[in-house]
Amino acid sequence: MTTMTKMTLKTEGDTHIVVTRHFAAPPEAVYRAHTDPKLVQQWLLGPEGWTMPVCENDARPGGKFRYEWTNRKGGGFHITGEFLELKPYSKIVHVERMYLPDPTPDNHVETRFEPDGAGTLMTIRMTLPDAQTRAAMLATGMEHGMEASYVRLESMI
Amino acid sequence: MSATSNLNASFAALADPTRRAILARLASGEATVMELALPFEMTQPAISQHLKVLEEAGLIVQRIDGTRRPRRLAKAGIEAMDQWLAMLRKALEKNYNRLDEVLAAMEPNRKGKR
Repeated sequence: MTTMTKMTLKTEGDTHIVVTRHFAAPPEAVYRAHTDPKLVQQWLLGPEGWTMPVCENDARPGGKFRYEWTNRKGGGFHITGEFLELKPYSKIVHVERMYLPDPTPDNHVETRFEPDGAGTLMTIRMTLPDAQTRAAMLATGMEHGMEASYVRLESMI
Repeated sequence: MSATSNLNASFAALADPTRRAILARLASGEATVMELALPFEMTQPAISQHLKVLEEAGLIVQRIDGTRRPRRLAKAGIEAMDQWLAMLRKALEKNYNRLDEVLAAMEPNRKGKR
């Protein structure tokens, strides 16, 4: 089970990030969990301690979305985006940007859901405008992951 | 310098968003102070100050090329970038483990509708 659900994340060329993950549920369910805000709100949370008080999306071509996160300790950020293409239950194409608080350059994201045995293989392909933007985006992963370390460090200084 | 104080220097150096952005820029190749100052709308002295902190933390190194002093990522800087990738991976893994649970809770409804 653990090997089946193992996620891969790798960079490709100068501007892409590709993520794959297997799920035990069929593509229809995984697709719905990515488009129904009530479901998205339950899992798209990042590190422990973060919640998503605002989760609005209009899952149709041209529709907009807005996701807001908080750690209830004064930390927070949000993402806005637009859906470009939706093919139930196999493909979602959207663009998004993060406000930190200035908007980051657009991240173009294509998410595919393919039947894989009794479950689903999901493949996310992100395209950033340039290598620098991709590096900065990867750095935001650190921003949240290292938050606890900074808090510890501050109490030490 | 002990390993611990070096690690603390790296943490402190990375706690500043401009310095993280400079590292991210250097991840795509070496650059001079002037090139680094451009996207940040900062003066060269201000950028130089940030570079000094990054250098002292062992995250970047400079090379002498005539009158130019291009900076590039040091081994610790490259490791920091790798670590960022690992942190992102960890955050995503947490998301998808939660999604597994959401999907497991959805399953009975689906079967009921069939």
